[in-house]
Amino acid sequence: MSSQSIIKVMIGFYVVLFFAYLFGPLMVMSITAFNTPSYPSAYPFEGFTLNWFVKLWNHRAMMDGLVNSIIIGIGVICVSVPVGLAAAIVMNQIYHRARSLYYLVTVSPVLTPGVIIGISTVIFWRDFSEMTGTRGLFYKGIMLSIFGQASFISAYCLLIIMARLQRFDRAQEEAALDLGASYPQVFWHILLPFLRPALVSAAVIAFLSSFENYNTTTFAILADKTLVTVLAGEVRQGTTPALSALAVIIIGLSLFGAIAYEVAKRREERRSARIAERAKLAERGELAPADATPQPA
Amino acid sequence: MSRLFVYLIPVFVIAVFMVMAHYEKRLAHDPTHRGFFDRNGTVLGVTFIALVAFWTLFLVVLPYLYMVQESFHPKLVAAERGGPKDILTLEQYRSFFIQPTDGEVNTTHLWAFFFSLAASAAVTVLNFAICYPLAYYMAQAGSVQKVRLLMLALIVPYWVNEILRAFSLRLLLASKGLINQVLMGVGLTDAPVDFLGNNVGLYVGLSYAYLLVMMFPLYNAVESLDKNQIEAARDLGAPWWRIHKDVVVPYAKPGIASGCTMVFMLSAGSLAAPQFLGGPQTLWFTSIVYDFFFQAFNWPRGAAYAFLLLAGCIALVMLMLRVFKVSLGETIK
Amino acid sequence: MSADVELDRVTVRFGQFTAVKEASLKIAGGEFFSFLGPSGCGKTTILRTVSGFLDPSEGAVRIAGKDMIGIGANKRPTALIFQNLALFPLMTVAENITYGLRVRGMSKADRRKRADELLHLIALPGQGDKLVSELSGGQKQRVAIARALAVEPQVLLLDEPLSALDLKLRQHMRNELRAIQQRVGITFIYITHDQGEALTMSDRIAVMNNGVIEQVGDGKAVYDEPRTSFVASFVGENNPFAGRVAKADGTGAVVETPFGLLRGRNPNGVKEGDKAILFVRPEALRVGEGSKDATVTSTVLNVAFEGNASHIFLKGADKKDITLTVGRLERVEIPEQGSTASVTYNPDLGLVLPEGKLARE
Repeated sequence: MSSQSIIKVMIGFYVVLFFAYLFGPLMVMSITAFNTPSYPSAYPFEGFTLNWFVKLWNHRAMMDGLVNSIIIGIGVICVSVPVGLAAAIVMNQIYHRARSLYYLVTVSPVLTPGVIIGISTVIFWRDFSEMTGTRGLFYKGIMLSIFGQASFISAYCLLIIMARLQRFDRAQEEAALDLGASYPQVFWHILLPFLRPALVSAAVIAFLSSFENYNTTTFAILADKTLVTVLAGEVRQGTTPALSALAVIIIGLSLFGAIAYEVAKRREERRSARIAERAKLAERGELAPADATPQPA
Repeated sequence: MSRLFVYLIPVFVIAVFMVMAHYEKRLAHDPTHRGFFDRNGTVLGVTFIALVAFWTLFLVVLPYLYMVQESFHPKLVAAERGGPKDILTLEQYRSFFIQPTDGEVNTTHLWAFFFSLAASAAVTVLNFAICYPLAYYMAQAGSVQKVRLLMLALIVPYWVNEILRAFSLRLLLASKGLINQVLMGVGLTDAPVDFLGNNVGLYVGLSYAYLLVMMFPLYNAVESLDKNQIEAARDLGAPWWRIHKDVVVPYAKPGIASGCTMVFMLSAGSLAAPQFLGGPQTLWFTSIVYDFFFQAFNWPRGAAYAFLLLAGCIALVMLMLRVFKVSLGETIK
Repeated sequence: MSADVELDRVTVRFGQFTAVKEASLKIAGGEFFSFLGPSGCGKTTILRTVSGFLDPSEGAVRIAGKDMIGIGANKRPTALIFQNLALFPLMTVAENITYGLRVRGMSKADRRKRADELLHLIALPGQGDKLVSELSGGQKQRVAIARALAVEPQVLLLDEPLSALDLKLRQHMRNELRAIQQRVGITFIYITHDQGEALTMSDRIAVMNNGVIEQVGDGKAVYDEPRTSFVASFVGENNPFAGRVAKADGTGAVVETPFGLLRGRNPNGVKEGDKAILFVRPEALRVGEGSKDATVTSTVLNVAFEGNASHIFLKGADKKDITLTVGRLERVEIPEQGSTASVTYNPDLGLVLPEGKLARE
């Protein structure tokens, strides 16, 4: 028994250590956001200030970068979610052997280093836009960032949507067809509502991945800036607690998102428990004579 | 002209693809199977195909091919492209081995290449060692609620971007950082330890950046293992390390392989950690590529180096998969 | 409006595998017709061919005289009730029921009205706004029926729709299905592996095995006059006695079995020297001795009392027990376990059929 409890203590210690590694640096950084020295330091704590948040707010380049980041994020959602959906449906319908080749092509961007995606995107669109005379349209930082990021984020979306699509009951599709629906109607009425949760998570993941991407964007953004490339520039030049302030905001938003997710999840669980309860009640009343005899129409 | 040749390759691949599909259709006739446009309607079918074609061709395949193609060209200004100087050449690849300036062996870049891959491999092993116990614990011992909370706790730090995470580690590890303050305060050392200069910062940064990437595949793989198998092994008197060696690890091999592959590829291709946490003497290979683009403006050479990096990474991953007898198919599933 | 359905030498192949071989039959309009067979016999394939989810490799399907080849499932005058019901989980009960009307472009108000009518028909009035997941198994069943009837099909196809229900409810639903069929008057084609369902509900039954329709007839014909060994052994309990035909004439035949020469009717005209099987139903056997060519003597293995009847199991050939059912009120002496007993039957109730595959026990 005692060796059991030693193992328990060790596991507990390990978990604490693990999360200290995970959260420690972020916590220290958060403290520096509220400390007065202009070099970000957590100790000694010389005085509480919100000045660095004001500094952050007045940082022109960063705010411009933020706007670009949001535009790119939305652009990536608009490209990646439909592409991921289409790719998942095609994957589901093509024959077996052709599927592995298709899978290799579509998943390769996930494993390719982001730097290489960024470089190849820039080179391709430089030459392609020149060849087709569309340089003004395509060869722009925001456009290229969307293309470059969408290249691998579409693969994330594909995997998320695919996972749900595999649980789709073909009988649903057949039932709708049998009732007279056309194939496009089946898609809009049955398949799309079924995939909705996956589409929403794909969109969220797409935005977050786009927002925090550095490796691809730093090449693809050309002369423009996103929040992350501005940050990189700032970190390279030196350090200021304003960056910590930004981190505090992001951590706050993340925590808020996580809590909201947990709350929504629990509410959903309660709801389905209630429905299951009602179904059970109906089951019990099943053979009661009042309920079970159909009335003539 | 070589640029136009690039377009022939995807056309060829698509043709192969169509032939394969057609062949398989003939081979296994299935009366339930409907043609793609039959099943989706013409409008939706065309939309799907167009979206997938746009992605696979314009966002994936053609950019890669263009990059490779670029690497076989000399460095030219825009006006010279397509002119008489625009020839095919191996010059960029030669420069990786032999310095074009003085004809000496290019030890700097060769070393950076080797160092990047070796350090990435080391980080991969480190992350596996860190993540395995927790993944195992979560998968086998945790309740559903507990696991969900742990998962959220794992994910939240990853919503903070790479740069800020690197920044936070720099605050800790810098010579005036918190860890040195503590070490000196306790009296363990008189002068600050140069964590960033001796690359400790780099390793920690890379490991920290890709913890989650290792965690999830490991967790998923271990999670589906039947607990009874472990119980059975324990009943038979196997010591704990044998249970892991003989039961858990063989079962979770595909997950381990995919976690390791991802961490390795991402580390080797990472830019932020080496830039912000690497020592001044440290040359990470992607940083060299970065400099070719932004300082030397030598795109062809940058493209050649990027391609070498990709080839090196893939070769190493394939080798490792071969050594540990995992198929590529299992890994990317 | 009901329509007749005709299968004209329908063959369905999946790659190398032939699921249905040259099936031909005609189902009259308004008939309750069942396909009965073990799983994998091809009955579901036939149903899917009629509903239009797959096209036959050869042959034709005609509904109301019209060739259906090339007409998709969504254009046929049929409606299918799926084995797992395939109700749409994200729609309410009313939305489920009127889905077929929605895709036909009926207005929302009309749909609402029709939903109310149908909900009344299936005894779920006022429950249209519930989610499908809130219903019980039997209620879901009825919603599936209403959803199929809403599009006013000429033929309703049912793919083992009762298999998910528990026993008591299943028997109740049999009556209900039959009642609905008689009320709406359309053709029902019913797929099942449960002979009880097929016998109680159907006007006619097609018994299938290995992709071949073995026999078509009403319940009585299939039970009393099976044409093949498979049908004899699959529909109802039966005791087979295999052997060679020792003597045969126009009406009867005698088979040389491990229990001696046994006599039975000979409807298929087996000839002397043919391999054949004599079938005697458990309820046709009586304890006691009769004429020599209609008596079997063997060891009593087990006696099972089942309330209204008792089953006596005698040691048979090939490890197959001989079963004998004795009614509660027959007042016969039941032999003891381990003793040797003789049982006999009326030779008119024995049936000699050519040797063939038996249904798996």
